[in-house]
Amino acid sequence: MNTLVAGFPLLAVTVVKVVVLLFVVLTALAYLTWFERKVVAHIQTRWGPYRVGPHGLLQPLADGLKFLFKEDPAPAGAERFVYYLAPFLAMTLALTTFAVIPFGPQDMRIFGQRTPLGITDLNIGLLILFAITSLGVYGVALAGWSSNSKYPLLGGLRSSAQMFSYELALTLSVVGVLLMAGSFRLREIIEAQQGRLWGVLPRWNIIASPFPQVLGFLCYFVAAVAETNRAPFDLPEAESELVAGFHTEYASFKFAMFFMGEYANMITVSCLAAIMFFGGWISPFPPTQAWAWTAFLPAALLAALGLYLFFDGLRYETLLGRTVLPLLGAALGALAAFLALHPGANAFIQGPFWFLLKVLLFLFFYVWARGTLPRLRYDQLMAIGWKLLLPLSLANVLLTSLLLAWKQK
Amino acid sequence: MIIQTILFLVFAGLAVAGAVSLILQRHPIHCALSLIVVMVSLAGLYLLLGAEFVAAVQIIVYAGAIMVLFVFVIMLLNAGEEERTNLSRLARAAGVPLALALTAVLGVIITKAVRVGAAKPLLPTATRNLALLLFKDYVFPFELTSFLILVAILGAVVLAQRER
Repeated sequence: MNTLVAGFPLLAVTVVKVVVLLFVVLTALAYLTWFERKVVAHIQTRWGPYRVGPHGLLQPLADGLKFLFKEDPAPAGAERFVYYLAPFLAMTLALTTFAVIPFGPQDMRIFGQRTPLGITDLNIGLLILFAITSLGVYGVALAGWSSNSKYPLLGGLRSSAQMFSYELALTLSVVGVLLMAGSFRLREIIEAQQGRLWGVLPRWNIIASPFPQVLGFLCYFVAAVAETNRAPFDLPEAESELVAGFHTEYASFKFAMFFMGEYANMITVSCLAAIMFFGGWISPFPPTQAWAWTAFLPAALLAALGLYLFFDGLRYETLLGRTVLPLLGAALGALAAFLALHPGANAFIQGPFWFLLKVLLFLFFYVWARGTLPRLRYDQLMAIGWKLLLPLSLANVLLTSLLLAWKQK
Repeated sequence: MIIQTILFLVFAGLAVAGAVSLILQRHPIHCALSLIVVMVSLAGLYLLLGAEFVAAVQIIVYAGAIMVLFVFVIMLLNAGEEERTNLSRLARAAGVPLALALTAVLGVIITKAVRVGAAKPLLPTATRNLALLLFKDYVFPFELTSFLILVAILGAVVLAQRER
């Protein structure tokens, strides 16, 4: 092992990073389903998952086990090869996109090697991301076709049409950001947003001169929700008309793979929104002495969460909850204390903290939209994509480039 | 360097295997999937040549857009498996020798190129250089091509609307 690490240091470091990131992302996916069920439940004045573990925290684990042990039938007359290929495509492509996302400004050390926070830093990062997401449509389309069943076929057709209609608006809506940053490298796109407007406001692309990308962001987010097949654009799996759309005939872990792919796509799209329009890991507070206390916000937030968990856990109904929740709260409190007392760790955590907070905010918007908006009709969906988002994003490209050219003169 | 050679062999092998499978498969969807494999491995080869932008565009445009339309149409038409037929007489008489001749010519050219050892990248690597070439030096042919495509789109719309 040691000789292998010495022989291919880059390879070894990358493998370690991939394994760690996969673990983190898969856990995050599992708890995103819990988060979504809880938030939607509270929007509809229900409690959501509550039985499996304290506050339903073990629900994702139970779901995963259930997916593993379910029977896995394939429909008669299904095109076997494609039928098995489709869920693999959907999940692996969705997970691959995390390879190019940078999570923080500082480098870290693995095996004595300095390496950026994030798997790789490509000079065409954004393009590769769009290339991989543009392949994602195959998972859905092929699943619908190969199931040899009418509802999946309709769902697959709908989603292919929907995904390549909205891909256009999605890609065009970020051109403004690219023009302002002058780079496809995600790290440089974030670094181009450093600095302050009037000394206070962060110079994020959403409010930056010469042309604030508000229009671009709106187009991007609407197109992204449609591209990930989420409510209110979840026509491909509209349960009231198509049973479950393209994954009707999938059961067991193959269904779980589609599910994981969908949630991974949600996270990627939220990461991109944070990177391109909201400054990625850049803190919303100015880096001056008067605002230095904001460096302790992550620790304070953790401490508050820990305290809440601790005292809420003491009064919990079940014995498991009364032991686990206070322990969890104490662990969070200890982490907060460590961050507050260790300046190096606190400085390192700033970037990832703001980045993940923004991503979480966008994920909340996703769930919020699902909990509040009714599903669109199919012709309305197409009309929004082609007649509203596409012209708007084109106008955004034109205005941004004109203003940039005028400013440079 | 070893890694690059291995990657080249992998992508080249995948491209050739995909192309062969494209011809041998009998189901249209399998053919389309083979073609996607060819295109993605070509993108990998472009990456190895240092043409990142071309590689990304290859995947976005060909694998991500054009082939999706192919698959979409195959799904809509619900095309079944094709029957295998014998080669026509013309194909047997003219096709086989012509194919052999083409292989021979290609082989000679490739061996010559390898002997010269011209391993310099032919493509402009940075995206900026590519953009300057496209929109400055070769702007007229570039716009002409887009005009051609526009004509094709108009033709398709006119043909599709003929029945009204």
